[in-house]
Amino acid sequence: MTTETLFLIPQKAGQAMVRIEFEGETLRVPDGISVAAALLSSSRGALRTSIVKGTPRAPYCMMGVCFECLVEIDGIPARQGCMTLVRDGMIIKRQSGAPSLDGLASGGKNGK
Amino acid sequence: MPEYARWTRDAVGQWGGFHQELLDRTGVDSGLVQKGGFWLGFSEEEVQKRADLLAKIDREAGGIPFRMMEASEIRQYLPDIGPKVVGGSWGAQDGMANPLFLLRALHSGLKKAGADIISGIDVAAIEHNAAKGRFTARSGDGQGWTSDRIVVAAGLGVGELASQVGIHAPTVTTRGQVLITERLKPFMDYPTNKARQTAEGSVQIGSTTEDVGLDDGTTVEKIEWLARRAVDTFPALANARLVRAWGALRPLTPDGYPIYQESGTCPGAFAVVCHSGVTLAAIHANVIGPWMGGLTDAPPDVVPFNGKRFLDKNARFVRDH
Repeated sequence: MTTETLFLIPQKAGQAMVRIEFEGETLRVPDGISVAAALLSSSRGALRTSIVKGTPRAPYCMMGVCFECLVEIDGIPARQGCMTLVRDGMIIKRQSGAPSLDGLASGGKNGK
Repeated sequence: MPEYARWTRDAVGQWGGFHQELLDRTGVDSGLVQKGGFWLGFSEEEVQKRADLLAKIDREAGGIPFRMMEASEIRQYLPDIGPKVVGGSWGAQDGMANPLFLLRALHSGLKKAGADIISGIDVAAIEHNAAKGRFTARSGDGQGWTSDRIVVAAGLGVGELASQVGIHAPTVTTRGQVLITERLKPFMDYPTNKARQTAEGSVQIGSTTEDVGLDDGTTVEKIEWLARRAVDTFPALANARLVRAWGALRPLTPDGYPIYQESGTCPGAFAVVCHSGVTLAAIHANVIGPWMGGLTDAPPDVVPFNGKRFLDKNARFVRDH
């Protein structure tokens, strides 16, 4: 089984890059792509766990429908990684299960 | 209509066994939770109206107990309700199920029992061969399915098809719009009349009742109204994101109650108009199905639900949902 990423983003000359932080690790990714694309191409595996059974999940539809790519972005839980463009300095964490209403009210708490 | 309250009460009583039967036969969990539910009110006046209505239903039908509660007492069960909730009612028989899993369980059970399910067909006409006692359901593209029994349960399409087999089954409709939030950690342990949380975490916010003909769309005005009402009920929902809104049309009769009827002129043909298909699922499976399938006589309970009640020119009908 390959451990190489199955998702490649073609390198273009002069491509602007940004730095994002994922689970404390800095990644250098092309500007203008989605968070989900950046994390898939960086081979970061599962981005969240499912709500009822806690099984690992990764981005799937890449068009805003399946909600498998949920991550915490800059303290706000359960954001759709495929619908959010990377931005320099963005801090991203895995989403553990469903966000709690308390977490939403306090501006972001990833699970409990 | 006390007969309808009794019908619903009996259906709710049969749901637990029905859920278990579906689980045993198909392995599909209908998501039934029967630990009671709340109706929540924003003014003393509407809480009093609710109390009067529930007292009337229990008096007429029997065996439908309820309890009125102050907001402080409700908060022991639903700690996240907001200050605009002044009181409400508690119904021990209230519950909820997942309609999608229920449908899947029913389809799976039918297939295991040897039934064919044919979908995506536009049945345009019913032909009756009186000499042979046979009915043919004819699709728009000319295909036909023939049997000695036929049940017209086509929602808002019942009226026209049922008239072809001698049954008067008028339908009317109201539109209901609902909102769905992102999935959230469980915070609502009981369903309410304004919102409920599914086992998967989504909060379903509903619903509207609108007379808009056959338009099943959504409107910004009603979405805003529903969202405001949900936030007034559970203020923390202000921070939740909505992921879907939709509108759908309720298949109703002019008085809002069901029709269950066999044709007097074409024996073997039946019609059903019913909006509360989830609440009534157990009694439909246990009582209506065996009757319309020819296994039992007509149950006495269904006599009041004959569509002939709408032939009285002097009668006036009102619906409350």
